Amino acid sequence: MDKFIYLDNAATTRTAPEVVNAMIPYFSEHYGNASSIYRLGTESKRAIMQSREVIAKSLNADPLEIYFTAGGTEADNWALIAAAESGEGRGRHIITSKIEHHAVLHTCQYLEKRGYEITYIDVDEKGIIRLEDLKKAVRKDTILISVMFANNEIGTIQPIKQIGEIAKENGILFHTDAVQAYGHLAIDVEELNIDLLSASGHKLYGPKGIGFLYIRKGVKIRSFIHGGAQERKRRAGTENVPGIAGLGMAAKLAFSQMEERAGKIQKLRDYLIERIGNEIPYCRLNGDRERRLPNNVNFSFQFIEGESLLIMLDMKGICASSGSACTSGSLDPSHVLLAIGLPHEIAHGSLRLTLSEENTIEELDETVEAIKEAVGKLRQMSPLYEDFIKKQNKI
Amino acid sequence: MYSEKVMDHFTNPRNMGELENPSGVGTVGNAKCGDIMRIYLDIDENHIINDCKFKTFGCGAAVATSSMATELVKGKTIEEALLVTNKAVMEALDGLPPVKVHCSLLAEEAIHAALWDYAKKNDIVIEGLKEPKQDISEEEHEDEEY
Repeated sequence: MDKFIYLDNAATTRTAPEVVNAMIPYFSEHYGNASSIYRLGTESKRAIMQSREVIAKSLNADPLEIYFTAGGTEADNWALIAAAESGEGRGRHIITSKIEHHAVLHTCQYLEKRGYEITYIDVDEKGIIRLEDLKKAVRKDTILISVMFANNEIGTIQPIKQIGEIAKENGILFHTDAVQAYGHLAIDVEELNIDLLSASGHKLYGPKGIGFLYIRKGVKIRSFIHGGAQERKRRAGTENVPGIAGLGMAAKLAFSQMEERAGKIQKLRDYLIERIGNEIPYCRLNGDRERRLPNNVNFSFQFIEGESLLIMLDMKGICASSGSACTSGSLDPSHVLLAIGLPHEIAHGSLRLTLSEENTIEELDETVEAIKEAVGKLRQMSPLYEDFIKKQNKI
Repeated sequence: MYSEKVMDHFTNPRNMGELENPSGVGTVGNAKCGDIMRIYLDIDENHIINDCKFKTFGCGAAVATSSMATELVKGKTIEEALLVTNKAVMEALDGLPPVKVHCSLLAEEAIHAALWDYAKKNDIVIEGLKEPKQDISEEEHEDEEY
């Protein structure tokens, strides 16, 4: 492929060269099984321990509270299903939000079919849950609250500390899907009263297929994958040593340069938001202007549909994403955009651009010009725009 | 995911635009589902479609099927235009991904809606033409459970 502009870092990130280098020795050199007695195995074991320590430190947790998984989705499934089953004696009610990732929402639906009751709390027009709603939703039989740290589509950051407090006051487990936040925002599980936290490697310039679940010491949830004694018997299966080594390096890089990185990306984000908002008519920024991930830009353009826009951008080498139905494989646009109150036709015309520190102002300028051209073309084609203009001319 | 023909009709749509005093106009689809198609027809006294234009709000497949549909009916008689089915549109585009088949249905429906409008305006009956559905939305199928 020729030159392209990558603006889909919420989907996945480019694995950092340092991460790849950290992984390489564990394929053909130190390939031993970490459970083995001989020295070759201990090399692998050491790599796992080191990553576990780096990650634990990054969260202000204990290394024994970190459990490696095959990614964020597995961590979410584990946290929800196992916490639900463990809490059964006390109740079968779970609270979550309407804008969770499908890894949480579809797991909740699975639990509903098995007799659990789920309350999906609304969010405001910026995509933030109302703490009053959460308090009202709490019942005697509530066993788990699961609210994402930051949203993958619109980047909104939730009031995690206050949610943690509400959970703690009521003796309810608190899980947060931090897949988009981990490595991008500072997270202290003690300060925030988080009991369970899911994260994924490939969202922070780490490898795909590796993630972890933080489980607070003392939280009794059952093992998820049954088999050998790996991960203190809670998540069986030979460890993905190269993946774990890579995730450890990615976390190390992310946390040693967090402020610098976030500052740089945020500047790019604000530049992009400013230019699009000022230069393209009939658009709106989705999500909160302030409480949003440093890398997230999400706009809706009236009268056009997102997939068409993505194809036009792709032809100019720009990688982006949309919440339109056509990109979700169903007829409904993104549940997140509907939850913040967007009408269907406006939700269909959304565009998500998620940045990395590798992006440049020149790339963003090129992108804005490409969006302008594509939106203009699509509006010329749109019967909705035609009707809108005719109506305006009548007034 | 799209054939070359689909991409060609998406990037260089044929007959995109409006007609100023059209003999018939049909708009079908539903913004809720993300597709709206409008077809303008100019039909002469011999029942020949002299000109045809479209406007579409929708995905790549929706734009391409509208473009192809206008190509297929242009210069045809009303009777011939009625034979332009969604299948014909799809075949002319070298196929569509399964999730996009409803876009081709929309194109067929939009032509029928424009013909219906023409018939109504001129107080004639076009044999074989049924009143079009304004709102086409496929029923979603529940995913298989495991």
